[in-house]
Amino acid sequence: MIPELGHFALILALAVALVQGTLPLLGAARGDIRLMDLGRTAALTQALLVIVAFGALTQAYVTSDFSVANVVANSHSAKPMLYKISGVWGNHEGSMLLWALILALFGAAVALFGAGLPDTLRSRVLAIQALIGVGFLAFLLFTSNPFERVAPAPLDGNGLNPLLQDPGLAFHPPLLYLGYVGFSVTYAFAIAALLEGRVDAAWARWVRPWTLAAWCFLTLGIGLGSWWAYYILGWGGFWFWDPVENASLMPWLAGTALLHSAIVVEKRDALKSWTVLLAILAFSLSLLGTFLVRSGVLTSVHAFAQDPARGMFILGFLLFVTGGGLALYAWRAPQLQGGGLFQPISREGALILNNLLLCTLAATVLLGTLYPLFLDLLTGNKVSVGPPFFNATFVPICAPLFAALCVGPYLGWKRAELWPALLRLRVAFIAAVIAAIVAATAIDGRATLAALAFGFGVWLILGSLSEFGQRLVRTGFRLPPRASLGMTIAHAAMGVVVLGAVGTGAWNSELMQTMKPGDRASFHGFDVKLERVESLNGPNYVAERATLLLSAGGKSYTVLQPERRLFTVQRRQVAETAIHTNLLRDLYATLGEGDAGNGWVIRLYYNPLAPWIWLGAALAALGGFVSLSDRRLRIGAPQGGKRARTRPAVQAAE
Amino acid sequence: MLQDPALELRARDIGRALRCVVCQNQSIDDSNAEVARDMRRAVRERLSAGDDDRAVFAYMVARYGDYVLLKPPFKAGTWVLWLGGPLVLLIAGAALLIAARRRRQVPLAPLQPLSEEEQRRLDALLKP
Repeated sequence: MIPELGHFALILALAVALVQGTLPLLGAARGDIRLMDLGRTAALTQALLVIVAFGALTQAYVTSDFSVANVVANSHSAKPMLYKISGVWGNHEGSMLLWALILALFGAAVALFGAGLPDTLRSRVLAIQALIGVGFLAFLLFTSNPFERVAPAPLDGNGLNPLLQDPGLAFHPPLLYLGYVGFSVTYAFAIAALLEGRVDAAWARWVRPWTLAAWCFLTLGIGLGSWWAYYILGWGGFWFWDPVENASLMPWLAGTALLHSAIVVEKRDALKSWTVLLAILAFSLSLLGTFLVRSGVLTSVHAFAQDPARGMFILGFLLFVTGGGLALYAWRAPQLQGGGLFQPISREGALILNNLLLCTLAATVLLGTLYPLFLDLLTGNKVSVGPPFFNATFVPICAPLFAALCVGPYLGWKRAELWPALLRLRVAFIAAVIAAIVAATAIDGRATLAALAFGFGVWLILGSLSEFGQRLVRTGFRLPPRASLGMTIAHAAMGVVVLGAVGTGAWNSELMQTMKPGDRASFHGFDVKLERVESLNGPNYVAERATLLLSAGGKSYTVLQPERRLFTVQRRQVAETAIHTNLLRDLYATLGEGDAGNGWVIRLYYNPLAPWIWLGAALAALGGFVSLSDRRLRIGAPQGGKRARTRPAVQAAE
Repeated sequence: MLQDPALELRARDIGRALRCVVCQNQSIDDSNAEVARDMRRAVRERLSAGDDDRAVFAYMVARYGDYVLLKPPFKAGTWVLWLGGPLVLLIAGAALLIAARRRRQVPLAPLQPLSEEEQRRLDALLKP
């Protein structure tokens, strides 16, 4: 009964979204306030209905209702509760429902906090949001219904993919989707602005917090995903340039660019049409990411062709959203007049450079991800695009980007001098050069590029901090506004990520050895002894666990207990790594194949600065949230009496 | 595993640039697949036989095609892939420069005077 209620709620939500996507648009065009106000009611109703649907599916998972096909395919009664709940979005249908849920919640948030928006803009934004919602709800109902029943109901389910049964991955999709879907709001604002034919500072003031929030969640989601890959996949890497990862990196890059150009619109009234274009692109890339992951096109172009209904639907929707958005842009954008003039060397100039480079990076990732697919489709030739390609094309563009990142905040708006800015950066620069030299001589003489990148990381951190320090001195130690505090944190965080990536990527070392209980090995100054390998039983798996004693200088240092789990329902093995961290380096151990007769394959990794990668990602998101808490950006908090101000305007229009 | 550490290091580097042909986006160095193990062994055999890195890559390409290289070769089918990023940078950069130059040459359009209708509405608004 409850799944049917959920299904019904989903159908009603689609109907409401259809109303919300059309009538307010009509109202905005005609100046009919009743039709425009419908958008708010509809947005709230739609959110409520999708919450009911999502709740119904969650209920089916929590109670292990095996008469629902989706639960059978992805859950099992012996699964821990956390993974029963995360199983809701650990599959195709459920994750699409989560998409629709977050979309509806964002729409409701615009309706709730958007009282200060001009009526036409708000109703148009809500309508565009609803049209995106129509796409996803129809997709769910027509191709991926999560509420389908099976009869007779089996006694138990097939269980969730063991790789996904992990706390890190339980929260990865919701965070990622908060980011993806957050860009739908900016997209809706961009389309609404094109319909209205105006983009001004007030518009940018609305767009920025949404972009910032989406960006923060996306950063956290990507960071969490990378962390998960690091500790679960078991070979010590943190970024694999896998198409699935690239799919989330592209909207992040475009979103970062959007974040920065929206500042220029807000502060200087320039770069308007560019910002609108970026908003369209950021959301299109989010959709593309969903399409790549959800359509199965990545596994093989041919797998996609075999079950085309879903893939074709998302592809068509993607073309509609991107193509429609771009067509509208081409038609209306020339009307958006930029106001503020500026010299090439200025804060605006640096931000344009930032945008240019970030977009180049996004284009590089896009090409690298899609090119093999197109080539295969068009000519039948197969090529592989892997980490060496991206290291050769992506990384070099990062250097000027980081340089701009470092120098930009020192430049004034409108016009500035480069040399004085560089002079104010000299202490940080000298420290960075010293760091690079130390890295090149003391740590690893062969990795010159790594040493350079290390210096860059130090420069980023010190440059951001010293800009903050100099600002403090200038203002007599009054704390700057939170928006700029957030910028300092986020910029320095990029440096932290760079240091972590260089440390782990270039200076790691590894030991692979077949060991029997009692065997010893020496690794990075530690004496490693395999104490024992035992079997144990988990809730839904059986495992082998090795106990490795690490000692240094005769004193026991730590115990690492990597496991190899065999999930009984799916008959799949998953490595559970053991990591000892002191925040400066990780000691990382995995247990491979083996038995008592021949010994087990033990892999040990020493990853310098590895924790900094995720520390940096978390810091960057923190910077974003700090910036978001700035009074000036607080959503729906313009200077008091907002209702009183909008009402007379409406009456005047009628 | 080779006895000579320098040779083993080269084998690892080569292994990281070769794709495991049955896996999804894994190098033979990372993969646990049967094929990857054979390919690792083949790389080490070639190195032990005195091949330089280039010859090893050529050997693998001859057996598995370009598909095996994680860094695709620069040739007729892939120049778009390699030059696409830099081209975007060049074209966008050039467009920006031209736009900036044009903007400097064209003076700001003179402000349009208010129409009578607008003037009347402004007066009405300003009247206390």
